[in-house]
Amino acid sequence: MTAKQKNLEDIFLQKIDAEVKIEPKDWMPDAYRKTLVRQISQHAHSEIVGMLPEGNWITRAPSLKRKIGLLAKVQDEAGHGLYLYSAAETLGTSRGEMMDALNTGKAKYSSIFNYPTITWADIGAVGWLVDGAAIMNQVMLTRTSYGPYARAMVRICKEESFHQRQGFDIMMTLCNGTAQQKAMAQDALNRWWWPSLMMFGPSDSESQHSEQSMIWKIKRKSNDTLRQQFVDAAAEQAKVLGLEIPDPELQWNEEKGCHDFGSINWDEFWQVVKGNGICNRDRMKARVDAYETNGSWVREAATAYAKKQSQSSIHKVA
Amino acid sequence: MKAEWPLWEVFVRSKAGLHHQHVGSLHAADEQMALENARDVYTRRQEGISIWVVKSEYITASSPEEQSSFFDPAEDKVYRHPTFYDIPDEVKHM
Amino acid sequence: MGISDAQHYQILSLADNSLILGQRLSEMCGHCAKVEIDLAVSNIALDLLGQSRFLYQYLEELTGRSEDSYAMLRSESEYVNILLVEQQNENFAQLIVRQYLFDHYYALHLQEIANNSNDERLIAFAKKTIKENTYHKRFSKSWLLRLGDGTEESHNKTQEALQFLTPYIDEMVSLGAQESSYVQSGEMKDLVSPISDIYYETLVSDFKEATLEWQKPQYHVKGGKDGRHSEHMGYILADLQFMQRAYPDANW
Repeated sequence: MTAKQKNLEDIFLQKIDAEVKIEPKDWMPDAYRKTLVRQISQHAHSEIVGMLPEGNWITRAPSLKRKIGLLAKVQDEAGHGLYLYSAAETLGTSRGEMMDALNTGKAKYSSIFNYPTITWADIGAVGWLVDGAAIMNQVMLTRTSYGPYARAMVRICKEESFHQRQGFDIMMTLCNGTAQQKAMAQDALNRWWWPSLMMFGPSDSESQHSEQSMIWKIKRKSNDTLRQQFVDAAAEQAKVLGLEIPDPELQWNEEKGCHDFGSINWDEFWQVVKGNGICNRDRMKARVDAYETNGSWVREAATAYAKKQSQSSIHKVA
Repeated sequence: MKAEWPLWEVFVRSKAGLHHQHVGSLHAADEQMALENARDVYTRRQEGISIWVVKSEYITASSPEEQSSFFDPAEDKVYRHPTFYDIPDEVKHM
Repeated sequence: MGISDAQHYQILSLADNSLILGQRLSEMCGHCAKVEIDLAVSNIALDLLGQSRFLYQYLEELTGRSEDSYAMLRSESEYVNILLVEQQNENFAQLIVRQYLFDHYYALHLQEIANNSNDERLIAFAKKTIKENTYHKRFSKSWLLRLGDGTEESHNKTQEALQFLTPYIDEMVSLGAQESSYVQSGEMKDLVSPISDIYYETLVSDFKEATLEWQKPQYHVKGGKDGRHSEHMGYILADLQFMQRAYPDANW
């Protein structure tokens, strides 16, 4: 490392220490940039792929009110994906590169979206648990050290708060409904509980990127801390719903001041990450169809047309 | 032709009397599409009454290396701030 | 509150068009060529579904039948939407041509309602909806131009979509059998035939601008306005009605 580089790195670390945000044109270590691109694009892909399991129920939503609410929510996910792609683009990676990485399987997205939404109650459970877990992570990320990422997160958190409430409201309605509806809600909770806990990622002792990310203040809380926070919140919420969390070991630990819970099946987690979940192939195909097969010619047409139109008639009024 | 749509920066005036403020960016093939996309992406919750879009490539930015020469010289120019001047308490409306 | 069959029909036809087209567009959420387009198409779908809700709620006030019962529990032949809006999202060109055709018809129809209807609520609805429709027109027209006059591939796909959808155009601007009888008996004003000429003029000029070949159709496919639908409708309703049919006693 040259003296100049050492100096730049010192300045960078001082800023991180002093809680000064890093902005796009500031010097930053390559590894910091790489970590951010990986994490932000993965986050963006998760929003985009996450549209698929929920979008699966838009046309079958049980009432007009629910249909509109769900569509607005899934639309928001598109917006969130876009805010995040924008943040990643400030690091010098183009959206095209990121989409290619997603469509060729090089980039990851949150594994939870490889589980199927089988009944309407899944839409409630996804909103309540999956969005609930995501929010824990996202609230933390509003304070992340990279400026554009933090700002995108502030915007996302503002909008996201209605998502979890919508999910909980769906669950609530089911739990106050017929026996069949309540059973549907319990079944959804049974299937989504463990995958939701896995969303926080491997245990701190196993997590390969975590430590450095904490030093750089990209992450500000560890996977296990966030997971615990989530379990504590959801355990209470489940009581309000009158549903049973599918974990016989779940119980309040007075001494520690938090819940104990059973061990996670990490083998299942890694299997799904590797592509062996129920819906991995469907999700990839849907993305490739949308972007490549049915999408390339649309984008090309707009580019060609824009070239032909040298001058536009939009008034430039300040 | 696999050209990506250009990147645009979006500025939104949230209500009359306020400046347009940078809110983020997006992709669009042309100006009209950029405005429409900005409307659909950044004002879904009535966040604005006016939108500017500008191709990102047209923005010239000061560089972080020049930060000290650009901005530090203003630091000791305290005479530009009202508190630099002592005015007796009896004087009102100033 | 009393309501005539003609009034009922008129509100229902507006509601059904918005519902079915909104349903079709909502299928696309998450499957568009660009995230920005997902947002735009969903916005249009939300506007249309919102319109249908407003109108079914209006009917609910008049008849006591619930909005969801209107939207999700009628038999197929009781839906009186035009055939155009049931047509599939074959590709983005077909989606855009369908949207363009509908938006530009709807603009004129809404204006007729705003100017000539006897129903204050429908007049208010039309005035509010014209704003949404103006934006939709802007979207679909600009994409019609981009695709029509874009690349050879997009041009061909758009030309093909236009050919495919042309037989469904005339149903929008001519009276169905049911409507005709209401008009003849004086129970309903004719708010579609008067817009026919100007509608076709708009199409001729816009298709020319989009470099598409087109002639006013000689042959028309009709029936939706009288409850006789295409085969697509059954599948649309299978999705739309599934939950209400499968769990008749539940609230959601």
